[in-house]
Amino acid sequence: MPRLLLFIPLALFISLSFFLWKGLSIDPRELPSALIDKPFPEFQVAALLQPERMLSKADFIGKPVLVNVWATWCPSCRQEHEQLLRIAQDNKINIIGLNYKDERAAATNWLRQLGNPYAFNIYDEAGMLGLDLGVYGAPETYLLDAQGVVRHRHVGVVTAQTWAKLQVMIQKLGVNQ
Amino acid sequence: MIPELGEFALILALGFSFILAVIPLYGAATLNTLWMDYAKPLARAQFTFLLISFICLGYAFANDDFSVQYVANHSNSQLPIEFKLSAIWGGHEGSLLLWAFILSGWTLAVSLFSRGLPLDMLARVLGVMGIIATGFISFLLWTSSPFERYLPRFPADGADLNPLLQDFGLIVHPPMLYMGYVGFSVAFAFAIAALLSGRLDAAWARWSRPWTNVAWAFLGAGITLGSWWAYYELGWGGWWFWDPVENASLMPWLVGTALIHSLAVTEKRGVFKSWTLLLAIFAFSLSLLGTFLVRSGVLTSVHAFASDPERGFFILVLLLLTIGGSLTLYAFKAPNVKSESSFGWLSREMLLLINNVFLVVMAITVLLGTLYPLLIDALGSGKISVGPPYFNALFVPIMSLLALSMGISGAARWRQTSVAGLKKQLLVPAIISLVVGIIFPFIYGDGFNFRVFLGMTISTWVIATTAKEFKDKFRNANSITAKLSQLTPSYYGMMLAHVGVAVVAIGITLVSTYSEERDMRMAPGDKIELADYQFEFKGAKKVKGANFTADEGTIEVTLEGEPVVTLYPQKRHYTVKRSMMTEASIDAGLFRDLYLAMGEPLGDDGAWAIRVHYKPYVRWLWLGGLFMALGGILTVFDKRYRKKSTGEVAHA
Repeated sequence: MPRLLLFIPLALFISLSFFLWKGLSIDPRELPSALIDKPFPEFQVAALLQPERMLSKADFIGKPVLVNVWATWCPSCRQEHEQLLRIAQDNKINIIGLNYKDERAAATNWLRQLGNPYAFNIYDEAGMLGLDLGVYGAPETYLLDAQGVVRHRHVGVVTAQTWAKLQVMIQKLGVNQ
Repeated sequence: MIPELGEFALILALGFSFILAVIPLYGAATLNTLWMDYAKPLARAQFTFLLISFICLGYAFANDDFSVQYVANHSNSQLPIEFKLSAIWGGHEGSLLLWAFILSGWTLAVSLFSRGLPLDMLARVLGVMGIIATGFISFLLWTSSPFERYLPRFPADGADLNPLLQDFGLIVHPPMLYMGYVGFSVAFAFAIAALLSGRLDAAWARWSRPWTNVAWAFLGAGITLGSWWAYYELGWGGWWFWDPVENASLMPWLVGTALIHSLAVTEKRGVFKSWTLLLAIFAFSLSLLGTFLVRSGVLTSVHAFASDPERGFFILVLLLLTIGGSLTLYAFKAPNVKSESSFGWLSREMLLLINNVFLVVMAITVLLGTLYPLLIDALGSGKISVGPPYFNALFVPIMSLLALSMGISGAARWRQTSVAGLKKQLLVPAIISLVVGIIFPFIYGDGFNFRVFLGMTISTWVIATTAKEFKDKFRNANSITAKLSQLTPSYYGMMLAHVGVAVVAIGITLVSTYSEERDMRMAPGDKIELADYQFEFKGAKKVKGANFTADEGTIEVTLEGEPVVTLYPQKRHYTVKRSMMTEASIDAGLFRDLYLAMGEPLGDDGAWAIRVHYKPYVRWLWLGGLFMALGGILTVFDKRYRKKSTGEVAHA
C-alpha cells in the first residue's frame, strides 16, 4: 500500500486550517481598505427594468447615493426590503439597486410584488461589477458621495439602526460639500 | 449564588473530563485494568457536574436573574416560560454549554450500554471522548462562560430573545442538531480506539454501528426541523437557502450517510476498513468545522448571531489538535488494518463504494461552495460569493447519479454479480420509473417538463427497486407473516430510509417546479384566486401577545365555493427588541400547503400587502427526512447488537 497516500487527508486539512486561520484575521463585515475613499468602479451595464438602457457611473454622480446589492436568491434581502422602502419614502437619498447574479424575470417579479425602493437597478447578471466592487455576498450597501467616491460599506441587512447611522454620514457629506 | 454554583460545577466537570482523557487511555496503553476501570465512574461524574451546571443556567433563566449577563442579553421577564428555558441555547455561550452537556450525555450512554465491549476498547473510546470534552469545556470556561455577572449594577429587565427564535423551532431544533453533531464523536472515538489498538474487525463495526446510526438519525431530524422552521418562520416560504450554517450541518450528514453504509460493509464483508475509519474521522471533523464556521464569524450568514475572532482562534486550535492529531494517527496506523475478503468489479461492495464516493463528492461540493469566498479572500484576490445557482447546478446531477446507483446496488450481490442478473432484477423498475417520469408532468402539470421528468423518474426508481428487493425476500418464503417477523428491524429501517430519500426528492422536484405565489394589495372584501383557491381578505385587527402586539389579518379560503379554512397571518411588533416579525399562517396538507403572510399596511382603507403561496408537496420534504431519521433509529433495535460479540467476520 502506498503509505504516503495516507498522508493526503492530513496535508489537505493542514492547508485548510491555514486558510481558516487567515480567515479569522479578515473581518468579512469590513470593506477591503482598497475601496474606501476610492472612486466607484467604472462600468457599462444594462438596467434591470429597461434592458435596452445602458447605465454607467455618470448616472448617479452629482448627489450622494446608496448602492444596495441584492438578489432574489438572498433571504436577508427580503428581510431588509421593507426598511429600504421606508428609506425611499423618506426621500432623503436615492437608492440604486445592484441586482447581483440574478435572473431578470425573477428580479422584475420581485420588484413588482414587494415594491420598488430603487431609483434604478443595475442588472449585474455575471456579477462582474460586484467583483470589481468587492462584493462578498448579498445584501451589501455602499454610501457614495456626490463625486461617486465610496464612503462607507455596510455588509448585511439594513435595519432602522443602520439607517440612523447612515443618515448621520449623509448629513456630514452634505456639510462637506 | 446559583450561577457561581453552575460555574463551579463546570470547573469540576473539566477536572473530571481531563482525568478521563488521561487515566483510562494510559491504562489501556499499559494494560493496567485498575486504571481502565476508572473510565466508567469518570464518565458519570463528568455528566453529573455538567447536568448541575446546565440546571443552574436554566434556574437563572427561569427566575429572571438579570445580573447574569447571558440571561440579561437573551431573556426578558415577559417572555413565556418555555422560551425562557430554550433561551438557554439561544446564544453562543449557552449553546456551547448544551454542546458540552450533550457530549457528556453520549459519553454516559456509551459507558452504560457497553456490556459486550472489551474493557480496553471501552477505556479508549471514553478516553477519546474525554479529550474532546476537555477541549470544549476549557473553551467554555476561558472564552465564553454563560455565568458571567453584571455586578454591582445590573439591568432591571432583559434585552429579550431574538423574536426569530421565539418559536417552537428553537425548543427542538438546536438540541436535535447537536445530538447529531456531537453523536458523531462516538463514531470518531471508536475509530481512534481502533487505530490505537490496531483492532478493527466485524465486532468493532458492530459496536460502532448503532451509535453512528443514531447520531446520523438525530442530525437528519435536526436538519429537517431546521428546514421546516425556516419555512414557516422566515415568512416567505423558502425551505433551504444554502446558507453557510445550513451547509455546516449538511456536510457531516452527507459524510455520515457514507459512513453508515461503509460501516455496514465493514461489518458484513470485512473490507473498506481504512475508508470507514477515514469517514468516521471526517464526519466528526466536519461537525467541528461547522461549529468553527458558526462560532468564529469567518463567514457572514443569516444565522451569525455571535462572532468573535478570539473564540474563533480557540476553536481553530481545538480543530488542529483533534482533527490534525487524528489524521496523523490515521496516516501512521491505517496500514495495520487489513481487508479480510476480496470483491469483484461488479459487486454490491463496489456499488456501495461508488455511492460512498458520490456522497463524499457532494460533501466536498458543499464544503467548497461554503469556503470558496473565504479561500479567495485569504489569497488576497478580492471578495466573491457563490449563490444557490452553484449548489443547484452541481447537486442535482450528482444526486440523480446517486439515486441511480442506489437502485442498482440494492439489486447487486456481494462479492460478484452478473450483468444479466442485474438486468433481470432491474428491468421492471426501470420501465415503471420511466413511465411515471414521462406521464406525471402531463397529468399533474400542463405538459412535459424535464426537471419533473428527472425528479419523478429517479424517485420512482428508488421506490421501485426498494420494493422489488423487498418482494424478492418472499420468493422462497412459505409464510408471509413468518418472513415479515423474521426480517430484522435494521432491514425495515433501511427500506424506510431509502423510501425517505425518494420522498424528499419528490418533494423538492414538485415544490420547486409547481409552486405559485402572488403578492397583492388587498383591501377588506378583496378576493384573489390562486391555483383554483379563492382567498378573501376580511380585514385586519390589533391583537396582543405576551411580549408583542400584532396586526392580525383574517382571510377566508374557499375551493369552488366550498369553505376550506380561515387563516390568520400576523404582523408582530416585539416591544422590547422593537422589531417587526411576519408570522405566516399556513394551512398544511399532504399534497399542498396554503401559505399566507402579511406585508405592510397600505393606505387608510385598511388595505394590506398580502403574500399568498401555493406550495404543492412541500410536506414531503420533511416527511422524507423523518422517514430517514426513523429508519436510522429502527436499526438500533436489532437483537444482534445486544448479543455478546465474538469478533469473527459475519458472512452474509
